[in-house]
Amino acid sequence: MKPDWEGVAEWLDQRTGVQTALRHFLAEEIPASSGWRQAFGSVAVFLFLVQAFTGVLLAINYAPTPGEAYNSLRYILTDLTGGRLIRGLHHWGASMMIVVVALHLIQVFLYGAYKKPREATWMAGVVLLLVTLGYGMTGYLLPWDNRAYWGTVVVTQIAGSAPILGPYLSRLLGGGGAVGVVTFTRFFVMHVIVLPPLTLALIALHVFLVRKHGVTPVPGDEMLPKKQFYPGQVFRDTIAIFIAFAVLFTMAVAVRVPLEQLADPSDTTYIPRPEWYFLFLFQTLKLMTGPLEVVGSVVLPGLAVMALILVPFIDRGKMLKVTRRTTAMAFVALAAIGWTGLTAMAVATKPAPAPAAEIDYSGPTDWMQLSPEELAGIAYFRQENCVACHAVGEGGSKLGPDLTLTSIHRDAAWMIHHFKQPGLVRPGTSMPAIRLSDAQLNSLAAFLLRLNPRNATSLQDAPDFATQGALVYQANDCGSCHKVNGMGSSFGPALNGLSKRRSRSWVEQHFADPAKLSPGSMMPPFKFSPKDLDNLTTYLFALPE
Amino acid sequence: MSQSPELEGPTRRRFYIGAIYAIGGIIGAALSAPALVYLFSSPKSRQNSQWVEAGDVASLAPNQPVEMVFRRNRVDGWKVVSEKGTAWVVKNPDRSVTAFGPQCTHLGCAYHWEESKDEFVCPCHNSVFSLDGKVLSGPAPRSLDRFETRIEGGKLLLGGLRPSSGSPA
Repeated sequence: MKPDWEGVAEWLDQRTGVQTALRHFLAEEIPASSGWRQAFGSVAVFLFLVQAFTGVLLAINYAPTPGEAYNSLRYILTDLTGGRLIRGLHHWGASMMIVVVALHLIQVFLYGAYKKPREATWMAGVVLLLVTLGYGMTGYLLPWDNRAYWGTVVVTQIAGSAPILGPYLSRLLGGGGAVGVVTFTRFFVMHVIVLPPLTLALIALHVFLVRKHGVTPVPGDEMLPKKQFYPGQVFRDTIAIFIAFAVLFTMAVAVRVPLEQLADPSDTTYIPRPEWYFLFLFQTLKLMTGPLEVVGSVVLPGLAVMALILVPFIDRGKMLKVTRRTTAMAFVALAAIGWTGLTAMAVATKPAPAPAAEIDYSGPTDWMQLSPEELAGIAYFRQENCVACHAVGEGGSKLGPDLTLTSIHRDAAWMIHHFKQPGLVRPGTSMPAIRLSDAQLNSLAAFLLRLNPRNATSLQDAPDFATQGALVYQANDCGSCHKVNGMGSSFGPALNGLSKRRSRSWVEQHFADPAKLSPGSMMPPFKFSPKDLDNLTTYLFALPE
Repeated sequence: MSQSPELEGPTRRRFYIGAIYAIGGIIGAALSAPALVYLFSSPKSRQNSQWVEAGDVASLAPNQPVEMVFRRNRVDGWKVVSEKGTAWVVKNPDRSVTAFGPQCTHLGCAYHWEESKDEFVCPCHNSVFSLDGKVLSGPAPRSLDRFETRIEGGKLLLGGLRPSSGSPA
């Protein structure tokens, strides 16, 4: 028996009125001139839904407290399949939403669609723009990396400097000055608890008002028969949404969103920069210093927002024909030039990132691919001065056999046996026994097995900090919990790419007291000599990502 | 700017509607497929596979279960936590050792050894298990789960907990 879908639909409609309401919604009459330019609003709503969807997915694996936030986000990015894509969609979706909302505003402004009786629609829209920026500002802190932390320090300081309201705003943002747990929690609550329902309510109001007053006609529309919203306009909106989505998806896949080092309030070298859409404000502040600063940070932006809200009351002319709205066009052009100029200045004056560490990457980097055990083998190789007798490719003495060829003929067991009792393995040899522990001999053999004519020079050129750092690594058995270049245990976090996640000072302090810097960590404290600490940290920071 | 009113013939109308559904479907699929993978695939890397020392084997008397308490590290999402674990350890007459997981196989309550009856009893729903972990009565669906065990230098080492596949009998 075929299911009677129509019957079910009819039953549902009689009980809920959903279909009737939807039909009514879709059958709305719109002016004949309506077309592509009216699609921005729909795209903005679509992007909001994408943000809500990806936001929920991120929140499912996210721990909203400082530190934990960072670790859980890293877990999303590295351990969870699809995590990077979802974060990419959320990150670029935020930027895109700002672009689309701004384009929507400009379109409405140019066409004078804010004029009587649509003043309230416009004002609700401006508030929605502010809410969108509010998402950007609060969401910026949530990864809790250096970028997030320092950016938010600047934002809270600006809020605190506002005339009259400053101290109250500062308290509201959880500041006794420092950005910490309280500020973080408030930003999080703002981002996921306060703003979303507010956005939904405002969108509902905004759309209700659009419906109430109808889509703004252009002069000439009154002569033409009206069209229905569905399916013609819905089709155009859908195409526009598809284009936006295709761009967003491509960016999420192709452009990697950075996650910098864990926020480090003691880092004195970090230069905070805001997200691109706030760069113009950032640059304004650079131009206005001293007593003018508060003008640039609070007064001007405040006046601009007020002016934007009051646009319908400032411009009360009747002109709706877009080509005759020269003043409006001039305003948009000026704003665009100002915004672009300030943003371009900010981009152009971006300081070069401080050199991460004094590591010379210009030399051969084959050694970076070695495991710590193999790298420590180089240290023993040098310590025992093997090249005094052995040839190593082109270099070394010619007394003993070429060591770049041993890996072809010999295995580790043979080598170790040979290191211990050369005479037993090769009667009559002049090689002296090597007095190292079994672990150290293993290390030496591991290195020799990696040695071949092609990499001989570059491996021998491995910097001392790396071989010495690897010695410290081996001596303290770091590999029993950590992985380097895929070798070791995955019990603790892998150490490749450490320099991207943590600052040097953090790592050095972490050795001394792991529980203090990462509560719940299983890692025991390590006391190193200053030299060992320096070598080990430099070595770990030099590891490829 | 005048534009001729759209003539929405049935063909064009059908095309519009078809395109709306098709694009909606594509976007829906492009968003839901990664979301499903993200939600349902298990996290990469970081597997627990550590042996932990539970206690001395020598102190055990044959057929007398002892609850051993030990600390073990467990990967919990983005963290590694150190937590207390327990196991009911039985030395068998042939000197081998069995270590049962501490939870009843019915709904996960902690059971205990009833000395007077020589049975493991779960207080929640009265599941009863024999000394070798088999279900004697009650709602438990299968025998008690067992840890992988190893004895080194008189110490009992516990590995992963293997769910029993045994039927109630």
